[in-house]
Amino acid sequence: MTAALALLGAVGRSVAAGFGAMGRFVAFAALALSHLVRPPFYGRELALQLVQIGWLSLPVVGLTALFTGGALALQIYAGSARFSAEFAVPSITAIGMVRELGPVLGGLMVAARVASSIAAEIGTMKVSEQIDALRTLATDPMKYLVGPRIVAATLAMPVLVAVGDAIGILGGYSVGVNRLGFDGTTYLRNTFDFLEFWDVASGLIKGAVFGFLVALCGCYFGMHSGRGAQGVGEATKTAVVLASILILSANYILTEVFFSA
Amino acid sequence: MIRVHDLHKSFGAKRVLNGVSFEVGRGESLVVIGGSGTGKSVLLKCLLGLESADSGTIEIAGITRPRPHELAAHVGMLFQASALFDSLPVWQNVAFRLMSGPARMGREKARAAALEKLARVGMAPESADLYPAELSGGMQKRVGLARAIAGEPPILVFDEPTAGLDPILAAVINALIREVVTEMDATAVTITHDMRTLRDVADRVAMLHEGRFYWQGTAAEALANEDNPVLAQFIHGRIEGPIPTLR
Repeated sequence: MTAALALLGAVGRSVAAGFGAMGRFVAFAALALSHLVRPPFYGRELALQLVQIGWLSLPVVGLTALFTGGALALQIYAGSARFSAEFAVPSITAIGMVRELGPVLGGLMVAARVASSIAAEIGTMKVSEQIDALRTLATDPMKYLVGPRIVAATLAMPVLVAVGDAIGILGGYSVGVNRLGFDGTTYLRNTFDFLEFWDVASGLIKGAVFGFLVALCGCYFGMHSGRGAQGVGEATKTAVVLASILILSANYILTEVFFSA
Repeated sequence: MIRVHDLHKSFGAKRVLNGVSFEVGRGESLVVIGGSGTGKSVLLKCLLGLESADSGTIEIAGITRPRPHELAAHVGMLFQASALFDSLPVWQNVAFRLMSGPARMGREKARAAALEKLARVGMAPESADLYPAELSGGMQKRVGLARAIAGEPPILVFDEPTAGLDPILAAVINALIREVVTEMDATAVTITHDMRTLRDVADRVAMLHEGRFYWQGTAAEALANEDNPVLAQFIHGRIEGPIPTLR
């Protein structure tokens, strides 16, 4: 009986701690959003972060999309051949890329590159008293560090997704034409005839949401980093893991919202 | 300029500050000494509004219950590890405060002001475009000091300014601090373990022990003291004495 009560207590404490952590994360998100609309605004920091988060993520997002588009075309060809429906390869490859794989894989790659980098940078700034120094210089870290990163990631991710979509389709085209024997013109016509505006737009909206989540996780865990190298390492790891989980769960929710019949 | 009365601060069950009271007048330099973990840094953070005290009152430059952004025009701070911004070159670190806020300067004017402050702490103009990671520890301290005095605040706060420096560089930094404090007629609070800082920088010394100001006097009195066993053990770095060595 005592053991059962102790177990119940431990479970209760864990659940309460989980809700507490969730509450702190949501409160941080609300605080960050409230700072986005109040001056001062740091334009130079925003421009710098657009380069760091957007421009410098292009290679990793582009390569991911290229290989994913190629593999997707191969898989769809193998599956559709069982029903003699190989003509559907271009359109399904394109729809798969722009609706799902472009934003989700792009988001995950950016989570790995950017959430870790933001958490490590801000965590190190916290540990080395740079955050305190900012505050003594009348600069709010929520405005100077968090705001520009969140805005930059939210703006940059749809662009990265759009570029990734194009490269992914190009990967599918390349495999379709060179490996599977499709005629190039027919492949492209089949791609664009079946692709609708909402297919692309939904992926870009997903990208913006994923960008926001990635930067939010990086900033939150950086600002709440523990002491020393271990604290910063833990913050970095947790930021990437939570950002990835949030991207996958948000993707499901958004897909339900956009495409449920 | 600075008035602190009956300041208390605990972290969980650990009582760090237990009724600290003191005043520092205009142009006076107070050096706070005390063992590791006695709450010196916590005291500074409470003064600067970076930590909130559990109880007690703080008044700095006429501001009660100060918050960091309210103090920025009145207080310059040199952090223990300098806390320079890695992503900014040296001159932008120094001019950071000057380039923000409603009365911000343009880049050219701010750069000129930064170069002037860098020269004041003995840094060559060529260092202005370096990044903090390219500087030695001693140079980082100088840049941190230049940043602290950039806005010419009436109050300067130094957190272990000679930590991690060799004796020669420590002496240079101590001399710079003393010169700057005298030139600016600034009110200064310095926390340190370094007896040389105490000798070179202090008008008055206070020892933080068991959460309160245990002893106060001049630097000469502190260094000559043999009557007070706690102070004498700390000043002379003795293993034997009332201060526990396992803290």
